[in-house]
Amino acid sequence: MTHQSPTSLPMDPPVAPMTSMERVLTALGQREPDRVPLFLFPVMQGARELGLSIEEYFARPEHVAEGQWRLRAKFGHDCLYNFHYAAIEIEAWGGTTLFRADGPPNAGAPIVRDPEDIQRLSVPRIEDSPSLQRVLEATRLMAGQARGEAPIVAVVMSPFSLPVMQLGFERYLILMHERRDLFEHLMQLNERFCVDWANAQVEAGAHAICYFDPVSSATITSRELFLATGREVARRTIAQFKAPAAMHFASGRILPRVADLFDTGTAVIGVSSHEDLGELKRAAQGRLSLLGNLNGIAMRHWTPEQADVAVRTAIRKAGRGGGFILADNHGEIPWQVPDTVLMAIAQAVARWGRYPLADDQDD
Amino acid sequence: MSSSDALLQALLTLNRVQAQELLAAARAEHSALEVIELLIRPALEQLGQLWEGGDCALSQIYMSGRICEELLEELFGEISETDPSESEAAEPRLAIAVLEDYHLLGKQIVRTVLRAAGYRVRDYGRQDVETLVELVRSDGIEVLLVSTLMLPAALRVRALVERLRAVAPDVRIVVGGAPYRFDDQLWREVGADAVGLSAGEILAILERLEVKP
Ligand code: B12
Repeated sequence: MTHQSPTSLPMDPPVAPMTSMERVLTALGQREPDRVPLFLFPVMQGARELGLSIEEYFARPEHVAEGQWRLRAKFGHDCLYNFHYAAIEIEAWGGTTLFRADGPPNAGAPIVRDPEDIQRLSVPRIEDSPSLQRVLEATRLMAGQARGEAPIVAVVMSPFSLPVMQLGFERYLILMHERRDLFEHLMQLNERFCVDWANAQVEAGAHAICYFDPVSSATITSRELFLATGREVARRTIAQFKAPAAMHFASGRILPRVADLFDTGTAVIGVSSHEDLGELKRAAQGRLSLLGNLNGIAMRHWTPEQADVAVRTAIRKAGRGGGFILADNHGEIPWQVPDTVLMAIAQAVARWGRYPLADDQDD
Repeated sequence: MSSSDALLQALLTLNRVQAQELLAAARAEHSALEVIELLIRPALEQLGQLWEGGDCALSQIYMSGRICEELLEELFGEISETDPSESEAAEPRLAIAVLEDYHLLGKQIVRTVLRAAGYRVRDYGRQDVETLVELVRSDGIEVLLVSTLMLPAALRVRALVERLRAVAPDVRIVVGGAPYRFDDQLWREVGADAVGLSAGEILAILERLEVKP
């Protein structure tokens, strides 16, 4: 199917459907477009589409651009997503990536073993990293295909979350608590890298930056710590992006600190299935748009009926008035989720997502 | 406020000095094992519950676990001085491992909780199915705790369970880690005997399985 609703009824007014770009921009403007926008993030599924291993797929930008293009043709979602895998940034810092056949690649051994080494780190140049250049090329190819009809969403790891892969999680937690001097120095380096990386992707044709920052979620850091660290980092970094940003917490919780995000400069927040969308919507006060919150892991064994109910419930809780993009809650659909489930989600959006929402009266 | 609540507050605010004073005061009146039972264990269990409900953060869980482990060492060196992973004489029936995953933090936190609650646990680090089965069998492990962060790793537990059932049918397998927190059917699907949604839950699970420190 295409992004046009296949369930058009004969009595519908004969208006042309919006393009994905119009739909998304309208929703982000806190207004109701023709239907709820859907961001599917089938990051690895392009490999299956092209008959390649996950490692082969990510090795060439042509693969990724083609894979994402075909998936959008298949499911009719409203964006193209250039995300490869989180550890690709670590490759630019001199680290390695470990691939597996049935899931996302992971970062290899940390590049910083002794925290004192942070003083000797230097910020990698985007031009010098063949891995990042591949992502840029994939982005350019996507931009050439989409021609402004659908937004191209790019990804950066936040300067505050990247150190989990740079140092390892334990070492990073200790650094944050016990070595603020080195922590601050690392943030300076990472912020410079993140801004360069984000803006290079914008230059290549990306329309928005998804700023992955789960370490700033309430799941990982206390509010006190977040206010003193992750929030300041986000504020400084996002201000320098040459495109709008979405702060994504990778399914970490955020409800208790939504108001703390208002002045970070983010326009959108990626929210978890562990929290209620209705409450999140109220907390966002029309000042932030929501992206989420279908449970990608549970999705693996959903029936089409379950997918339908999940989509309907999400739209009912957060769709009204715009400011909502339906997506999974992590920013990446697991490899094990069958295409039939993704198809059922897309169909359910066409069914329940049309504005004005049918359920507007009853909740 | 009970002293375990006071300890909880000290841990949530990462106030090491206060935590130390509370433990020292309790130690003046009770045996080391009683202090663990009355103070430390309830505080750790509550931390886990708070985290599960979204009311405290992993940074607090991790840092306070470290504080507890250090204080135990300082105050009652007698309990933790035999590190079972090094001591030949110790006969732990309990082991923990990360299965085919590169993420060790969950395992570290569970291990800390166990040690702080007086358990001795053998730490196998990161393992694949075959090696882990062999270790469990040759060490005579009775309860195996498995931590995974990535979904494919969580799904591999099924292969582990099948192999273990074949060679060591009495071993009980307790799983935990993020994928299980997002899919409440997953632990049954892979054939585990129990799941812990936070590190603190391991204490109640072991009690149910009748494994004592
Ligand atoms: C922070 C985070 C990140 C950070 C840091 C990740 C890291 N640790 O390296 C960053 C931004 C780098 C990141 C990246 C990625 N992430 Co991430 N991330 C998270 C997040 C929010 C928290 C993960 C974490 O480390 N928590 C800390 C650990 C200790 O928590 P835990 O495993 O839940 O353990 C607790 C309990 O479960 C319990 N427990 C754990 N083990 C055991 C064992 C027993 C026996 C018991 C009783 C209890 C128990 O105790 C612990 C403390 O209470 C989760 C989502 C979430 N809400 O949890 C996703 C998540 C882990 N990420 C995920 C993925 C896929 C990735 C990437 C692969 C994405 C990609 N394609 O690149 C990369 C991999 C990065 C890498 N290392 O190479 C998925 C994994 C599942 C899946 N879909 O396969 C998750 C679950 C998101 C999701 N909902 O799908 N991520």
